[in-house]
Amino acid sequence: MLLIVCPHCGPRDQTEFSHGGEAGRVRPANPEVLGDAEWTDYLFMRTNPKGVHKERWCHSAGCRKWFVTGRDTRSHGWVK
Amino acid sequence: MRVSAGGARIDRGRVLRFRFDGVAMTGHPGDTLASALLANGVHLVGRSFKYHRPRGIVSAGAEEPNALVTVGEGAFAEPNTRATMVELHEGLVATSQNRWPSLSFDAGALTGLFGRFFPAGFYYKTFFGPASRWTGLYEPFIRRMAGLGPAPTAADPDHYDRVVAHCDCLVIGGGAAGRAAAAAASGRVMMLDEGMPGADPPGVTCLWRTTAFGRYDDNLVMAVERVADHLPPDERRGPRQRLWQIRAKEIVLATGAHQQPLVFPGNDLPGVMLESAAVRYLNDFGVLVGRRIVVAGEIGGADALRDAGAEVVHLPHVLAAHGGRRVRGVTGPDGRRIACDALLMGGHWQPAVHLFTHVGGKVAFDAGRHAFLPVAAEGQPRCVGACAGELPVVAPVAPVVGPKAFVDYQNDVTLADIDLAAREGFVSVEHLKRYTTTGMATDQGKLSNLNALSRLADNLAVAPGVVGTTTFRPPYTPVTFGALAGHDRELLIDPARTTPLHGWHVARGAVFEDVGQWKRPWYFPKAGESMHEAVLREGRAVREGVGMLDASTLGKIDIRGPDAAALLNLVYTNAWAKLEVGRCRYGVMLGEDGMVFDDGVSARIADDHFIMFTTTGNAARVLDRLEDYCQTEWPHLEVWLNSVTEHWAAAVVTGPRARDLLKGAVSGCDLSAEAFPHLAWREAVVAGHPVRLYRISFTGELSFEIHSDARHAVAVWQALWAAGEALGVTAYGTETMHVLRAEKGYVIIGQETDGTVGPHDLGLGWAVSLKKPDFIGKRSLARPDMQRPDRKQLVGLLPDAAVPEGAQLTAGAADRAMLGHVTSAYHSPVMDRPFALALLSGGRARVGEEVFARFGGAPVRCTVTEAMFHDPEGVRMNG
Ligand SMILES: [Zn+2]
Repeated sequence: MLLIVCPHCGPRDQTEFSHGGEAGRVRPANPEVLGDAEWTDYLFMRTNPKGVHKERWCHSAGCRKWFVTGRDTRSHGWVK
Repeated sequence: MRVSAGGARIDRGRVLRFRFDGVAMTGHPGDTLASALLANGVHLVGRSFKYHRPRGIVSAGAEEPNALVTVGEGAFAEPNTRATMVELHEGLVATSQNRWPSLSFDAGALTGLFGRFFPAGFYYKTFFGPASRWTGLYEPFIRRMAGLGPAPTAADPDHYDRVVAHCDCLVIGGGAAGRAAAAAASGRVMMLDEGMPGADPPGVTCLWRTTAFGRYDDNLVMAVERVADHLPPDERRGPRQRLWQIRAKEIVLATGAHQQPLVFPGNDLPGVMLESAAVRYLNDFGVLVGRRIVVAGEIGGADALRDAGAEVVHLPHVLAAHGGRRVRGVTGPDGRRIACDALLMGGHWQPAVHLFTHVGGKVAFDAGRHAFLPVAAEGQPRCVGACAGELPVVAPVAPVVGPKAFVDYQNDVTLADIDLAAREGFVSVEHLKRYTTTGMATDQGKLSNLNALSRLADNLAVAPGVVGTTTFRPPYTPVTFGALAGHDRELLIDPARTTPLHGWHVARGAVFEDVGQWKRPWYFPKAGESMHEAVLREGRAVREGVGMLDASTLGKIDIRGPDAAALLNLVYTNAWAKLEVGRCRYGVMLGEDGMVFDDGVSARIADDHFIMFTTTGNAARVLDRLEDYCQTEWPHLEVWLNSVTEHWAAAVVTGPRARDLLKGAVSGCDLSAEAFPHLAWREAVVAGHPVRLYRISFTGELSFEIHSDARHAVAVWQALWAAGEALGVTAYGTETMHVLRAEKGYVIIGQETDGTVGPHDLGLGWAVSLKKPDFIGKRSLARPDMQRPDRKQLVGLLPDAAVPEGAQLTAGAADRAMLGHVTSAYHSPVMDRPFALALLSGGRARVGEEVFARFGGAPVRCTVTEAMFHDPEGVRMNG
């Protein structure tokens, strides 16, 4: 079980959080103008890096705020 | 045999009585079951897993692979406990395992004679073929022959505790190195040790009889404390065991090392044990493990056995051990036989690096010590003492090839099995493990992994470091399910949510069903009534008179702010901006992939204020999703969300006489259809309390939902009920609710949908506004896959006989190609016949055709219909 630092509340156990997948994907401002390939890319494709992975977490059983933090997929260690 | 002197851990002044396989024996406080058995001259304590070979006590600690016994009786019995870790107490009852009819004569040992039929990969080479062969033949065979101890069938009468702790430094292992590390640490220091209580370093919180069995991310350690196992049952107070969840800033591992066995034919006979274990039995318990003792390999501290009165012969290695139920002699390196009653294996030492490797710690092979040592790294625990490699340098003793030279005692893996696996190409250590099952028994290979991979390395003519080790995973030693479950069992396994009206339902004899954590009335049987009869009666009451349903579990989200309507416009498929205050609208919510995620009605309370109703089970997920979009994608929206599910109780009054009922209980509101149309809401008063009335129908009948503050729910419900009694009002539950909504073709998210169903598939295209520039999932509706004419579409079915939900649909009675499946199936109270909803490929074009429902028995013919069986024009609902 991870120890996750909520930027608003401090370190808490993973059980208080929900995971929101890879960070940095911005919903296109106007999806209508995208081709099928571009939209599919937004929907389904993720970078899955070996190294620093920026991910979204929500302190859902706490302050309910979403935030972004980084994890090194090689070590599981937190990185800024 | 107990000698007259020595035994630092035992209290010779007191005698404890215990029984092993029914035989009365004695020991002393401080004994383990293993030391007490050895003191009574008992070496044979169990039978091996596959060949049913007689087995004895090999070790004196947690690494024990052989001496597995059942401790306790009846519901208190615990199988597969290691006799080396069981503390003796007055009246202890232990039983040997995996033997029939008795430990000394075991019919299963005959399989040992057929050992050549059970080579490495035996399971993969033998147990294949049709599934029926598995359930009918193989599984019963394996279960009978390869049993560990049977679990008790009665519920565990003990209870178990759980504690969360934090500290600056956690030291695991209370030996000399651990105590020194704990004494030197600063801040809040904790120390754990598996053994009986010893000296507590000053200022350190010590947990004895506590095994750290797993290390997890971010310095979390799970440990189990055996609080009461060492006490006679009548002296036990409080929990039996306690699970510790310890988050530490720093972890120090002082977990010691395990001496490894030597490999030679007969190395599994009772009386063959680790040299260090024999020394420990003498020093700690005053027990001599034999009178004529041969030590093979490193002699270590075994010289002391001579002083205690044993004859000790030291050999550099042995070629074989001989005997039956006890070792009787060895063949020395010169080929001569030497009689003995105990043979000690002086192998090299392997640090207990299990916890170190649980979270990515790496080990490296040290040729001098012939062991894998932990490699210090940032973020990994500090290892001290033997765990860090402070070990005697022991020359490895080459294994001796021959019959019954065991590498893994508990899973009966021999040297020949390792060689066979290598010949067959299983040259990765991970493959070797799975193919031979080496290291996969309950002892997790503490005494077998090193010998197995050394042998693999020999086969490949490389150093063991090249072969590497398998990955250790938690738990380090077996953990009881009781300790893991703690208090989370029976009623406490999950919180139960009840509505304010729960007591009323109980008093009315409701049968409840679980909907998520909610307890909802399922149906209200009258005396002698079956569920089927009750649901038919409830359904007819709603269709012909008036019924009442507790809908308080409905998810409710309060949405406020100048951009509240803009938010709904973005999350629902239809248009919301122009909805007037006082009106409600049904909405469908999609995922970005265009699949239906939730549905429900929302009402406009004020220009900048809506209340959104979600499905009962999805309430938290919907709120999470809205929060996500509001905070991350659309932070410019001025809108605030709050869950108000528990704040509002909801009573549904539905049926042709619903308005008549309300007239008797509601004031402050014109209930006429002209003043209060379908899909509107009004403020009113019931039983003196303010309520919101919503004209929403999930039954297809004239319906009102009466929402009140949860504090007034009972008074409001009772006032409504009283007004309905003259009308024959009938309470109904979720089953009837499901039947009635299905007659109207209303979908239930999660029943008609499974994450692959779009709004058009459900016939909800009328609720999708493609004129809006954007909403969640809109772009996906234009994907080619969503336009396919053969997508599964919601239809109704009129089957010739009842069909179960999940039944597969085919075009012909003999076809096997699946066209869809039944999502909901009921008996209609009004039609008095079975009907169903289904997802059917190209279904809307098949209305009027026949399909067949298949579910194991004879296929049932069904007529495809529109997903609407009741009042298609909605006259009743709008009345
Ligand atoms: Zn927080």
